[in-house]
Amino acid sequence: MPGRAEGGASRIRSRVMHFGPHLLLAALEGLVTSAVLALTALGLSLVFGVMRVVNVAHGEFFMLGAVLAWAISTAISGHPAIGFVAALVIAPLLVGLIALIAERLVLRRLNYNPEGTIVATIGMLYIIQQLALTFYGPEARPVEPPFSYRILLPWFGYSGYKLSVVAASAILLLITWLVLTRTKIGLIMRATQYDRETAQAFGIPVERVYAGVFAVGAMLAAIGAVLIVPISQAHYLMGQDPLLLSFIVVIIGGLGSLRGTVVAAVLIGLSDGIISMFFSPTLAKIIATLVVAMVLVFRPQGLFGTTPR
Amino acid sequence: MADKNGFFDLSKTTLTRRTALKGIAAGAGLALAPGFVRYSQAQSSAPIKIGFQSHRTGIGAAYGRWYEKTSAAAVKAINDAGGIGGRPVELVIEDDGTDPARGAEVVAKFAKQHKTDIVFGTLFSHVVIGSAPAAGENKIPYFVVSEGHHVASTKLNRYVFQPGITDVKSQIQSMAPWIAANAGKKVTQIFPDFAFGYDHRDYLPPALKAHGADVIAQIAIPPTESSFTKYFPQIPAETEVIYHVMVGPAVLTFVKELGEFYGSQRPQLFGFMDSLEATDINSPGLEFLDGSHFWEGSPRYAQANDSAAQKAYRAAVGIDDNGAAVGDPKDVSTASHMFGCWETLYVVKKAMEDAGYKGPEDRAKLVEATEALKEFAEGPEHPQGAKTFNGKIHQCFGIQNISKVEGGKLKVVHKTKIEDGLYEAEGDYTTQAL
Repeated sequence: MPGRAEGGASRIRSRVMHFGPHLLLAALEGLVTSAVLALTALGLSLVFGVMRVVNVAHGEFFMLGAVLAWAISTAISGHPAIGFVAALVIAPLLVGLIALIAERLVLRRLNYNPEGTIVATIGMLYIIQQLALTFYGPEARPVEPPFSYRILLPWFGYSGYKLSVVAASAILLLITWLVLTRTKIGLIMRATQYDRETAQAFGIPVERVYAGVFAVGAMLAAIGAVLIVPISQAHYLMGQDPLLLSFIVVIIGGLGSLRGTVVAAVLIGLSDGIISMFFSPTLAKIIATLVVAMVLVFRPQGLFGTTPR
Repeated sequence: MADKNGFFDLSKTTLTRRTALKGIAAGAGLALAPGFVRYSQAQSSAPIKIGFQSHRTGIGAAYGRWYEKTSAAAVKAINDAGGIGGRPVELVIEDDGTDPARGAEVVAKFAKQHKTDIVFGTLFSHVVIGSAPAAGENKIPYFVVSEGHHVASTKLNRYVFQPGITDVKSQIQSMAPWIAANAGKKVTQIFPDFAFGYDHRDYLPPALKAHGADVIAQIAIPPTESSFTKYFPQIPAETEVIYHVMVGPAVLTFVKELGEFYGSQRPQLFGFMDSLEATDINSPGLEFLDGSHFWEGSPRYAQANDSAAQKAYRAAVGIDDNGAAVGDPKDVSTASHMFGCWETLYVVKKAMEDAGYKGPEDRAKLVEATEALKEFAEGPEHPQGAKTFNGKIHQCFGIQNISKVEGGKLKVVHKTKIEDGLYEAEGDYTTQAL
């Protein structure tokens, strides 16, 4: 009954929070979304940039990270911070391993064919999701945050942990950037991305680079998930939203562009936070999708992407 | 060759005149008396098949699992006591993915493929509303345990019943006086943005108004939402009571973020247990709930004055004194709702036995026999409490519990009366053709 829904919303209106604090809260919420989104989308962008593989199962690696974080943190007793740190280290490694196996068993056998890998990763999406449902169950399970400090602002309280997520994500993005631009591994990856055949001719083991990139992409998603799981619980369907948003971010930012991904993630995260708070979350999604459409029409390579040769 | 045993070798089968005659004679015999053979079989021992439309996956999955556990326990209890009319009961389970379109397919599948006697067990109101037309078209009785007002609104059809759990309109009406008198007069509502939430949106304001309290803001949140802080600034500062009812996998996040937002300086909280079903109220971050109140259909925690029937029910379903699975304290049940599965199955048993139900050809008789039911006494078959049943609107009316969070447990502080929740019928299903 959509008609009745609107009637209900407008029927009762009243004084709400003042504009300033309201905007601050919206921006904080948006930043947290951006932080996790940047990590997740970066994984997707790397995999596409280097391998030209559109990984539809990316969101499921995110979910796996969260589910494993729950398993690890419940297995370890003691202060919640110990379990959380263990999860932050072990869960991404396990997810990377699973991605590596998937790459060996599926993607390599399809010769990284663009159409074939889309269908194959859709299959992986369902397999991983159903396995999680079978072995982990349908419940949403909480992970205790490493610390629970509540920042008390004059107008409202805010979770200290949420702010630390933003900081952690910024540090991780910086590390990724350093690895990509300042190390030999990064150079090899960029070379493979730039021109696969020439890279191979220069003795770069392209297949190993692919395997590594796919694992790292999945690990980035898993790290994002471990960071977010003390805020929103681990659930077997939690990979869907991040996947959609990651695609939006990657398309706007330009596939394969690290800078574009980060800028687009901040843009989408902040606008999502602010628009959903002042108007409605549905409008935020509509606008994000509209921006994607506009970018695809007027700048198909994305804001920071380069035209593929 | 693959066909080593000669399964497909036609020359091996020698069809003699004698075997052919035998076959023809047997076939003729069967053709003459097929009704008799099948009929006697069905009457004596064939199980009654109950199609269980379960939310195994999707946002209702945690409920689905506990609905299955409770139903399995009820079926076992019924079968141990001789079944329905002497016939054993069998559950046939299909997953609807908590999705209305899939729900309608599942109902049709039960009717046409599994040929179950009835369909049973749905919780989420949008799935019920989506599946009800399929039940009507296939003329298969559809017993839901959904709590929404859609059945009692008489907007569905004559084949849909809700005899095991009180509907939201009645729940709200019976609790509104308590909220207005004990919690506060200025109420902000937070509810899921779909059918079930709209029942709360539509029926709470008039119910409170009648007792001198007002709903000053209504905040609808999509049931698939995963972060909630962004909605809280819409809560007016003068709010005295936040009335919350959320569903789906993110309910814990919802309550936690509410705590972060307000801390100890919060308005009064009155929640529907839906906001925390299948979730431990002692989860980290929920300390601020201490002293707040919840509606509970059937209490999650064992109470000091529990009846013998309530104790037996909890033991049969396998939940401990904290409402978690026996042996796994982290596996918290959906106690507030799942009792409805148990009670509904006993209503089905009663109605089938009243109707002298033999098989799908008696479905119309079953509908009429269910409509003729008037009340259910408290006892092993109805451990949540006594109920009355209105056959015209296919809805039962029972007592509601208001519980307070105290020392990490929920303690029932108020029980409503059946009369508190009765309202004028909005229509009459019995005038519809069968």
